[in-house]
Amino acid sequence: MDFLTILQILDSSVRLAVPLLLACLAGLYSERAGIFDIGLEGKMLAAAFASAAIAYVSGSVWIGLLAGIAASMALSIVHGLASITFRGNQLISGVAINFLAAGLTVVVAQNWFKQGGRTPTLEGPARFSEITLPFADALSGIPVLGPLYAEVISGHTIIAYVAFLFVPLTWWILFRTRFGLRLRAVGENPAAVDTAGISVIWLRYSAILICGVLCGLAGAYLATALQAGFTKDMSAGRGFIALAALIFAKWRPVPALYATLLFGFLAAVATRFQTINIGTFRVPVAFTESLPYILTVVILAGFVGKAIPPRAGGAPYVKER
Amino acid sequence: MTDAPAIELKGISKSFGPVQANKDISIRVMPGTIHGIIGENGAGKSTLMSILYGFYKADKGDVFIRGNKTEIPDSQAAIAAGIGMVFQHFKLVENFSVLENVVLGAEDGALLGPSLRKARKELTQLAAEYELNVDPDALIEEIGVGMQQRVEILKALYRQADILILDEPTGVLTPAEADHLFRILEGLKAQGKTIILITHKLREIMEVTDTVSVMRRGEMTATVKTSETSPEELAELMVGRKVLLRVDKKPATPGDPVVEIDNLQVVDEKGVERVKGISLNVRAGEILGIAGVAGNGQSEILEVLGGIRSATGSVRIKGQEIDLTGAHSDGRSRRERGIAHVPEDRQREGLIMDFKAWENVAFGYHHEDNYQSGLLMDNAAIKRDTEGKIERFDVRPANGMLEAKSFSGGNQQKIVLAREIERNPELLLVGQPTRGVDIGAIEFIHQRIVELRDAGKAILLVSVELDEILSLSDRIAVIFDGQIMGERLPSETDEKELGLMMAGITDTAQDHSIEEIEANLAEAHGEVH
Amino acid sequence: MDTMPKWADIVLIPLIGLILAFLLSGLMVLASGQDPWEAIKIMVEGAVGSSYGWGYTLYYATNFIFTGLAVAIAFHAAMFNIGGEGQAMVGGLGVAIACLFIPWPHWTLALIGAMIMGGLFGAVWAAIPAWLQAKRGSHIVITTIMFNFIAAGLLNYMLVDVLKPVGAMEPATAKFPEATHLPSLNDVFLIFGLDLFKRSPVNVSLFVALAACVGLWALIWKMKLGYQIRAFGHSEPAAKYAGISPTRMIMISMIISGALAGLMAINNVMGEAERLVLNSVEGAGFIGIAVALMGRSHPLGVLIAALLFGFLYQGGAELGLWTSIPREMVTVIQALVILFTGALDNMIRMPLERFFLARAIRARAASTPAE
Repeated sequence: MDFLTILQILDSSVRLAVPLLLACLAGLYSERAGIFDIGLEGKMLAAAFASAAIAYVSGSVWIGLLAGIAASMALSIVHGLASITFRGNQLISGVAINFLAAGLTVVVAQNWFKQGGRTPTLEGPARFSEITLPFADALSGIPVLGPLYAEVISGHTIIAYVAFLFVPLTWWILFRTRFGLRLRAVGENPAAVDTAGISVIWLRYSAILICGVLCGLAGAYLATALQAGFTKDMSAGRGFIALAALIFAKWRPVPALYATLLFGFLAAVATRFQTINIGTFRVPVAFTESLPYILTVVILAGFVGKAIPPRAGGAPYVKER
Repeated sequence: MTDAPAIELKGISKSFGPVQANKDISIRVMPGTIHGIIGENGAGKSTLMSILYGFYKADKGDVFIRGNKTEIPDSQAAIAAGIGMVFQHFKLVENFSVLENVVLGAEDGALLGPSLRKARKELTQLAAEYELNVDPDALIEEIGVGMQQRVEILKALYRQADILILDEPTGVLTPAEADHLFRILEGLKAQGKTIILITHKLREIMEVTDTVSVMRRGEMTATVKTSETSPEELAELMVGRKVLLRVDKKPATPGDPVVEIDNLQVVDEKGVERVKGISLNVRAGEILGIAGVAGNGQSEILEVLGGIRSATGSVRIKGQEIDLTGAHSDGRSRRERGIAHVPEDRQREGLIMDFKAWENVAFGYHHEDNYQSGLLMDNAAIKRDTEGKIERFDVRPANGMLEAKSFSGGNQQKIVLAREIERNPELLLVGQPTRGVDIGAIEFIHQRIVELRDAGKAILLVSVELDEILSLSDRIAVIFDGQIMGERLPSETDEKELGLMMAGITDTAQDHSIEEIEANLAEAHGEVH
Repeated sequence: MDTMPKWADIVLIPLIGLILAFLLSGLMVLASGQDPWEAIKIMVEGAVGSSYGWGYTLYYATNFIFTGLAVAIAFHAAMFNIGGEGQAMVGGLGVAIACLFIPWPHWTLALIGAMIMGGLFGAVWAAIPAWLQAKRGSHIVITTIMFNFIAAGLLNYMLVDVLKPVGAMEPATAKFPEATHLPSLNDVFLIFGLDLFKRSPVNVSLFVALAACVGLWALIWKMKLGYQIRAFGHSEPAAKYAGISPTRMIMISMIISGALAGLMAINNVMGEAERLVLNSVEGAGFIGIAVALMGRSHPLGVLIAALLFGFLYQGGAELGLWTSIPREMVTVIQALVILFTGALDNMIRMPLERFFLARAIRARAASTPAE
C-alpha cells in the first residue's frame, strides 16, 4: 500500500467520522441527561432530507442547514413529549421516530420532487464546499507531515471543523459550567436536581434540543457535504453506530472523538477495498460492510472494558411520595 | 423576635385519586424549637411535608411562614422561603463530590469555578459552627450514610434555610450516630433554627422534641408538649387503641441446630468481600436476630441461605451440606431443603406487584406438583389455596383476584408470610418483617413468627430496627463489616451496647467518641466501594 | 390507582391511539393535495373489497402474526427485540436451505422440515444477542439492531456468493422444487368447491400462524414457563428470589421470539416467492413491533392488530398503484401507531384515568360513603 492510498483512506476516514461524531455528541447530551435516544438515526435522516430539499429550493446551503436543524429538533420535541412530558418508554419512542423519519422523508420527497423519493442533485452554493486551510499548498512539500496536513486535515467542509470544535466545547460545558453540572446531575439522580429547586423537565428538554441541533448538523452534512442530495435511507445505520461509539467512549467527549474516528476508518476501509485478499482467501464485500456492526457488537459485549451508563438513564422521572 | 410561628399550616387537605392523604391539618411551630411529627406508615406525614416543600400542591388550606401567607408551588419557592429538607432517601448525586452536591442548584453564576471556591470556604465555617465535619472533595459513594446525611443538612444550611425538616433521619444510623445527629439538631436550635422531625420512633420524639403532633390516617389527632406526654399515650394516639409495645412470648426451648454456618464468605459482583468468614448456627425452636447497620453483610447472609447469591464456606441444614455455588444453589433447591424466605424488600423480591394475589401465592412454589395439571398450571388449585391463606392471615381486602400492588404494606407482607410460613419450613429467613407495616399488622406478624418458633422451627431474623431485634430474638448476633462482633442474650444487653458493637466496637464498657465510631464506620464503608 | 375499568385499558386506549394515528395520516394525505376519503376508499376496496384483496391482506397478516408474536413474547420477559427483521431474514435462509437441499416427498413433510429450519435459524440469530444480554450485559436493543444489519450482510453474501445458481444475474436462490409447494388457501377452498382467494398468495401458513397464537396464549397464561417468563419480566430480583434463573428466562424467551420471527419464512419465502430473494422480509419484522404494542402483547390482540396491518399493507400497495402516495405512507402510519400506542400511551391514558376517577368518585358519593 503506497503513501497516497494511506492518505486517501485517512482523509476519507475523517470525512466519514464527521456525521458519526456529531451524532455521537448529540447522543451524549441526551443520555448524560438521562434520556436514551435510539432515534438519532431518524433525526439525522429527517435533517438530511430537509436540508437537501430546502437547499435545492432556496439555492442556499445555509438555509438548507437551518431547515435540517429544524426538522431534527421537531423530532427531538416529539421524543421529549413522549419520554419527558408523558413519561413513556424512551426506546419505543426512539423506534417510532426512526420509522417516522424513514417513511415521511420518502413520502414528502416523492410528493415534492417526484424522483422516486430522492431530491434533485445539489450544485454550487446549495452544497457545502471544502475549505483549504492556510498554508496547505505551501506546506505540502514537507515530507509526510506536509501532505498529511494538506490532504487529511485541510480540505473539509465547515461542518467538519465545527464538529471537531464541539469536542473540546462539549467537554468544557460538561465539566466547567453550571449547566454541565446540572446536566450530569439530572442523568445520575433527577431527584437531587428536583429537590435542589431546578426543573428536571426543563433541563432534560434543553438536553434533547441540543441533541436535535447536533443531529441536524449531522444529517445536513450527509446530504449537503458528503453527498450532493438526499437519497432514501441515506443515514444507513450511522445513528446506531454513533450510539455504539458513545457507549465505547463511556459517555465522555474526547473518547467519543477517538471512537468515531475508529468507526470512520473502518467505513473508509470498507468503501475503498471492495475485495480484500488474505493469502488465497478472499474476504467477501458483505463482510467488510458488516464489520462496523460486528465491531459494535463486540464493543457492546464489553470485551473492551465495561461501560457504566448514567444511572438514571432510560427511566422517566416521577416524584416520590 | 415576634411571636409569629415559624411555620403555620391551616386546614391542609390533599387527596391522591380516591385516597385522602391529608384531611384538614393545622399545625403551629414556634421558631427555635424542635417539633416532632409522629405517626404510623401511611398516616400522611410525608405527604404533608412534601406539600411544605413544594412537591405537591394542597387541594385546600394555607401555609404561613413567619406570619406571612406563602405559596409554595415548587421546591424553588420552598428554598426561597427558607425551608430545607432532609429526605429519608438522600437526594445526592452519587458520583459527585460533596462540594458539587452542595453547590448544585445554588450556583452563583454560569461558570462553576467561582461557585465551588465560595462553597468550599463556607463549608469550613459551617463545619466549625455546627459539628458538621465532611471532606468537601470526597465522592458521595465513598462516604458513609452518617456523613451523607450531614451533606444533606449542609445543603440546606448553604441555602440559608432556617426551617429544617428531617424525614425519618435515624433509620440508617447506629444509635451513637443518631445521638450525634441530635446534638447537631440541638446546636441548630440554639442558633434559632426551627426543626421539624418526622419519625415513627417514640424514643426519638421523647428525647429531642419540644412539642409533638400525632397523625393517624391523614388526620392530626393531637398536638402536645413533649414534657407533658408519655410514650404509651403517644402510641395510643397513633393507633387509636391501646397497643402492646412488647412482643408477648414464652422463653424459648431450643433443640438441635437446624442450620450451621461455617466460615461463610461472600464476594459481590464488584469483587468486594461482603461477608468475611462468618460462623453462626440457629437451633430448632429459636429466633436468632442479626443486628447491624444496613449494608454490613446481613442481607448477603439471607441471600446466600435463600439461594439468591453464591458463596464459599459451608452451610449445613440438619447436618447435611448444601450447595453454595453450583446448580443446586438456587431458590428452588433451597425451598426443597425446607428453607422459606421472607425477603427484606417484599415489593422488589417477595412479590410481583403486577401479579394478582393468587399468582403471588404460588410464587417460588409454582413448580410444585399440586399446582400442576398435565402440561398446564392448576390455577384453580392455586386460587383455592389463596382463599384459605387470605382467611387464616386476615388479609384485607379478602380478595385474591386483586393485584399485589393494590394491598397496603402490611397486607402485602401477610401474603408473603402466609406463603412462606404455611410451607412449615425447617428454617424461616425473615428480613425486615415489619418495614413499612402498620402497628396492627406488626403485632400479628410478630405473633406468627413466634408461633412458628414454638412449633420447633428455626428462625433467622434480620432487622435494622433494634427494638424489633431486642423484643423478638431469643439470641442476638451483631454484625459489622461482614463479621460477627459477638453474640448476646436480649435479657443481658441493651440498645447502647448493641449500638457500639454495630459500629465495630467490642469493649463496650468504655466511653467512645463519635469520631472513633465514625472512623470505624467509614473504614468499613470505604472498603465496600 | 385502579379506577379505570380493564376494558378501557385493553381496548379503549389502543383504539384511541389508532384513531389518532389515522387522523394524522389523513391530514398528511390532505396536505399533499389528495383526498383522504378517496384514499381510504381505495385502500378498503383494494384490501377487503374482493376475495383477491382479502387474499393479500391475509397473506401479509400471516407475516405480521409471526413477527408480532415474536415481539410480544419478548416483551413479556421485558426484552425489546428489535431484531425480528434480521431473524426473519435468517429464518428465510434456513427455509431456503431446507427446501433446496432436501428431496421432500410431500409438501406436508417439507413444511415441517422448513418450519424446523426456519425456526432454528431465527432462534440462533436471536440467541446470540440474548446470550450477550444475559452474560455480558450488552443492551439487547442495540445488539438486535446490529444483528439486523449483520443479517443483511450475511444474506447478501449467501445469495451473491453461495446460493445463486450458476449464470444467474439476480442475487436469489433457484426456484424451490415442486414438492415443496404449499397449497394456497384457494387450493384449500377448492376442495369444498369454493373458488375463493384466487391468485392471491395466502396459503396454509396462515393456519400455522393461528396455531402459534393459540399455543403462545397457552404458554404465556396457562403454563409454568409463561408464569416464569412473566414473573421475570416484571421483576428480575423477584425472579431470582423465586429460583427462576434470569439467564434461562432471557435465553428461552428470546429463542422462542427468534423462532417465531424465523417461522415467518414459511409464508413469504416458501409459501409465496418459492425462492429466497434479498429483500424478502420487507420490513415485516419491524411491523411486528407496532403489532405487539397495539395488541398489548396478548396473542388475541396481536392477531387483531396483524389483520389491521395486513389491511394497511395491502391497501397501501393499492394506494401506491392508483395514486401518487408512495407505499412508504404505511411506514408513516406504522410509526404513528408505535408512537401513540407505545411511547405516548400516557398522553391518552392520563385524561382517561381522570375521567374514570371522576366517575368513580361521583358513583361513590351517590352510594353510601365508605369507611
